[in-house]
Amino acid sequence: MKPNRKTKAIVYTLLFIGSIISLVPFFWMLTSSFKAPEFVFADPVQIIPKPWLFSNYSTAFEKLPFALYTWNTVKITALCILGQILSCSLVAFGFARLRFPFRNTLFVILLSTMMLPAQVTMIPQFKIFSSLGMYDTFCPLIIPSFLGSAYMIFLLRQYFMTIPMEMDEAARIDGATTFQTYWKILMPQIKPALATVAILAFMGTWNDFLGPLIYLSSPAKRTLALGLYAFQGQYSTDWNYLMAASTVTMIPLLIVFFAGQKYFIQGVVISGVKG
Amino acid sequence: MKLSKIRRREALDGFICISPWLFGFIVLTLGPMLFSLYISFTEWDILTTPKFVGLANYKTIFFDDFRFAQAMKVTLIYALTSVPIGLVCSLALAVLLNQNVFGMRTFRSIFYIPAILPPVAMAMVWLAIFKPHGGILNAILGIFKVPEIGWLQDPAWALPSFILMSVWGVGGGMIIYLAGLQGVPTQLYEAAEIDGASPWQKFRNITLPMISSTIFFNLVMGIIGSFQVFTSSFVMTQGGPAYATLFYVLYLYQKAFMFLQMGYACALAWILFIVILIFTLIILMSSSAWVYYEAEVKK
Repeated sequence: MKPNRKTKAIVYTLLFIGSIISLVPFFWMLTSSFKAPEFVFADPVQIIPKPWLFSNYSTAFEKLPFALYTWNTVKITALCILGQILSCSLVAFGFARLRFPFRNTLFVILLSTMMLPAQVTMIPQFKIFSSLGMYDTFCPLIIPSFLGSAYMIFLLRQYFMTIPMEMDEAARIDGATTFQTYWKILMPQIKPALATVAILAFMGTWNDFLGPLIYLSSPAKRTLALGLYAFQGQYSTDWNYLMAASTVTMIPLLIVFFAGQKYFIQGVVISGVKG
Repeated sequence: MKLSKIRRREALDGFICISPWLFGFIVLTLGPMLFSLYISFTEWDILTTPKFVGLANYKTIFFDDFRFAQAMKVTLIYALTSVPIGLVCSLALAVLLNQNVFGMRTFRSIFYIPAILPPVAMAMVWLAIFKPHGGILNAILGIFKVPEIGWLQDPAWALPSFILMSVWGVGGGMIIYLAGLQGVPTQLYEAAEIDGASPWQKFRNITLPMISSTIFFNLVMGIIGSFQVFTSSFVMTQGGPAYATLFYVLYLYQKAFMFLQMGYACALAWILFIVILIFTLIILMSSSAWVYYEAEVKK
């Protein structure tokens, strides 16, 4: 279908207007992060910062230990990604490749857990983790990811199903055990899907706010999201520093997004179109 | 049923493979569900032993708690406006981007990025945008001679502000529609063109039925998500002004972790679950009338 010139003009106009609406908040955030405090809400709006205060960033970092928060977040995120990849792929392999009693029933149960709002289990989970002495540690944020998540198990299972069973059979004839088949034969085949899982896990953990809010209490253990919230509580009028801090929490996400855009979109799409 | 030795081995391996999930399901989902159901019939501050009070929590919630009624109202209004608006906007965007335009990938990224950014950081940015004096939104509207709006500080405008904000994040749905649109076979359009169909007729009679399963998915996910708004309201308004943005999960959080009324909060959580379930079932049951599955039996 080749659109004619008039349609094209309309499409481009609408897309440009949409892009501007989509980008204005970022633009505002970025420019404000370089402005002097009295110009953030100046009337008329100061479009280009004058003067450019690059020092807003260093001041924000001095006021709150964002480097520490970043490190905390990186630790939690890295372990969660590892946990999700290992557990979800193993469980998905089980559901996709092995026959065992109640398999279909269990899979339906797994799918139906996706419907359960987290709030139903939140309070008992909180009780469990705190009676295990894990309150104010990273454990409650990390451990669940080693036990798989329904959505990503579903996604990986769909992917496993596309690989011919002959692969497994050939491996078995050559004397491979089930787990060797899983680890050495099938895991390398599903690398793109694993990348999708890694990115979804990264995004979910990096952006998580309620989890850290409930489980972490000491300031030194804060994640970036929690630290940013605390920063707002303390310096609610210093919008230039707030915007500098907001920009800092977004940068890693943007980098990961542009590096792995393909897998990002693939992950969302697999679920929406084939689900 | 007696299994052969090899099949027994396979079944054992199968259970070993799914054991992480099975363990997690029992310990972190099923157990907590039952526990939370029990707790919802008690009074519990998490430190002492729960005190059984029967249906007292539910009774208070339904007959004697104006905050619950308010939270439910706010959340329902939000869900029933932001989901349809978001659906139309994201579908319209996807249709625009599906026009074989140059630079489609760049546009796609521009529209998608808002959907992936940290909610806390975005809440900060929107807080500034909605500022009545000097906020950029009122500044832009001022150009068109619109009088100053109080946004988050005005009880009448606070909830519409959240709906506006949700429209800005429609990129997530847009990506899914775009994939759906690209799966529509082009022969269908070509055949319709030969028959002299107008663009609207093509959209109405080909595009919509062909992507109805994608619409269905987005509708279900959108409803579930809109019932669980928390971070933005927690960071931006704490439910105010005058409870105008007291979203349901925010109220639940306050009851649980600020007032330590765990029994009450668990009852709220179960009510939320039932409401989400009802909405999902309604959409599911209506879907046979409007969702078209091509050459496959409905799952």
